[in-house]
Amino acid sequence: MLARGTSAAQAGAGADLASQPAGVPKTRLRLINATVSRSGAVLLGALPFAAVAAAYLVASAQRLAVNANDKLLPAPAQMWAAFFDLATVPDKRSGDLILWADTYASLVRLFAGVGLATLAALLLGVAIGFVPRVRAFLLPFVTVVCVIPPLALLPILFIALGLGETAKITLIAVGVAPVMVRDIANRVMELPPELVAKAQTLGGNSWTMVLRLVLPQIMPRLITSVRLALGPAWLFLIAAEAIASTEGLGYRIFLVRRYLSMDIILPYVAWITLLAVATDWLLARLSHVISPWAHPVQNR
Amino acid sequence: MSRIVVHGLEKSYGDAHVLERVNVTAEPGEFLSLVGASGCGKSTFLRILLGQERQSGGVVVVGDRPIVPEPTPQRGIVFQRYSVFPHLTALQNLLLVEDFRSGGPFGRVFGARRRSARQEAETMLERVGLAHARNLYPASMSGGMQQRLAIAQTLLGRPQILLLDEPFGALDPGIRVEMHELLTELWVEHGMTVVMVTHDIGEAFKLGTRVLVFDKVRHDPQFPSAYGATITYDLKLDRNHRASSRDVAKVAAMVGTTRLDSAIATTAS
Repeated sequence: MLARGTSAAQAGAGADLASQPAGVPKTRLRLINATVSRSGAVLLGALPFAAVAAAYLVASAQRLAVNANDKLLPAPAQMWAAFFDLATVPDKRSGDLILWADTYASLVRLFAGVGLATLAALLLGVAIGFVPRVRAFLLPFVTVVCVIPPLALLPILFIALGLGETAKITLIAVGVAPVMVRDIANRVMELPPELVAKAQTLGGNSWTMVLRLVLPQIMPRLITSVRLALGPAWLFLIAAEAIASTEGLGYRIFLVRRYLSMDIILPYVAWITLLAVATDWLLARLSHVISPWAHPVQNR
Repeated sequence: MSRIVVHGLEKSYGDAHVLERVNVTAEPGEFLSLVGASGCGKSTFLRILLGQERQSGGVVVVGDRPIVPEPTPQRGIVFQRYSVFPHLTALQNLLLVEDFRSGGPFGRVFGARRRSARQEAETMLERVGLAHARNLYPASMSGGMQQRLAIAQTLLGRPQILLLDEPFGALDPGIRVEMHELLTELWVEHGMTVVMVTHDIGEAFKLGTRVLVFDKVRHDPQFPSAYGATITYDLKLDRNHRASSRDVAKVAAMVGTTRLDSAIATTAS
């Protein structure tokens, strides 16, 4: 059934690609100028997902046909059952609903780490970008810190801060903050000098210019910066949880790996992906709400 | 308003001399048009007046004391681009002036002061014909509307000197004429001293009470940046009478000749 859906999608996309408004002579446009209609874009975009799903279903069905107890490529029903269990049946030992306990623990760490990094990016980035003396003082340091691989610091953090939450949150914050600080500092330095001069001719002082010119101008970039930082942040979170933790999404994946429980690992990966996509979408919406000027309405 | 005295002004970047021995005195209420070939240093001169750049030598006195080397409310500016704040609507752009002027810890005024600022801003929007656009962001305004807003914002700052850096350079000819009328009216109403850099000789003659030509007097064909430009021609105009076409042709030739000369120098080197 899925295979049929795929070929229908291909046919639909092909038809949409070829369509041109009436009155336009039929010519072969250059590849870079041949645009895709809205429905065509949806179909094309769905294609890779469908292809991966189809490939998995075929492979899984083949393996399960040979050995019904195969653990490597469980059927969707098995994965759903395992996932549903974790989400609704309390754990025998702790009494927790494991999925939600894991999700809560991981998200708290993730948002605490990224939140701290964002705060640092805002304070240090604006100071470095806007105040020449602070720039001379801190930019070389931040630039050097930027190139330290954060995972190499993980043992140091565990030794210095113990195995608790502090070390994990610090790893995430330390991992993403330097890049964010540099990004924001660069953005501040890229502010048109005309705007800064104009603000001064209107009587702005350094502080009021930060409040009324710099902060609103960098807000869209800060949100983009957070969106980009969330990728590495998840990486550091899962790395930290894999090594020393008693709950969390990363901890669970690495725990059940010992039993080859692909029926849990795969849904967990999907769940993490869903959380990441949802966060990203929410941040994109937030940017529209906070900085409507930076997102001009297209359908005008 | 304020008299501007520039004496012995020099500006160089390392070996490259941009301005040398610039002397000029502008009486209060004068409208100076600065013309000259591209790269002759007239914009540098304006940025020094603004305080965005520091001169290498000489003094600039506005009113009764030398200017501080940073922009201040004494001198307002309208640039060709980036002259309004893109993150604020037209009305917010004008309200910002009072917010900045208050200098408070929140960068914002409240209560009665905000209401009076709002009234003043609304009146100014009306005055420059932007009342209908009060809630638009600059990105959704035309170039002419943005420059109107920029001028309105600068005037709300009540500068003694108004600096204009090719303010209408990016506008359509029709809009440009409208802007000329608006600027002339506002200049008459407020009576401030204006210094305008322009590429458009016609505009320079139409708006200015004085046309200053920037050019190099000394040339070194082997090292074009050895000498800087200075004011080579200073023509007082009577705004009630049309400037003679001979004067216009003369200035146009001066501005054009420089290009020719430097072109020859470039090909010869």
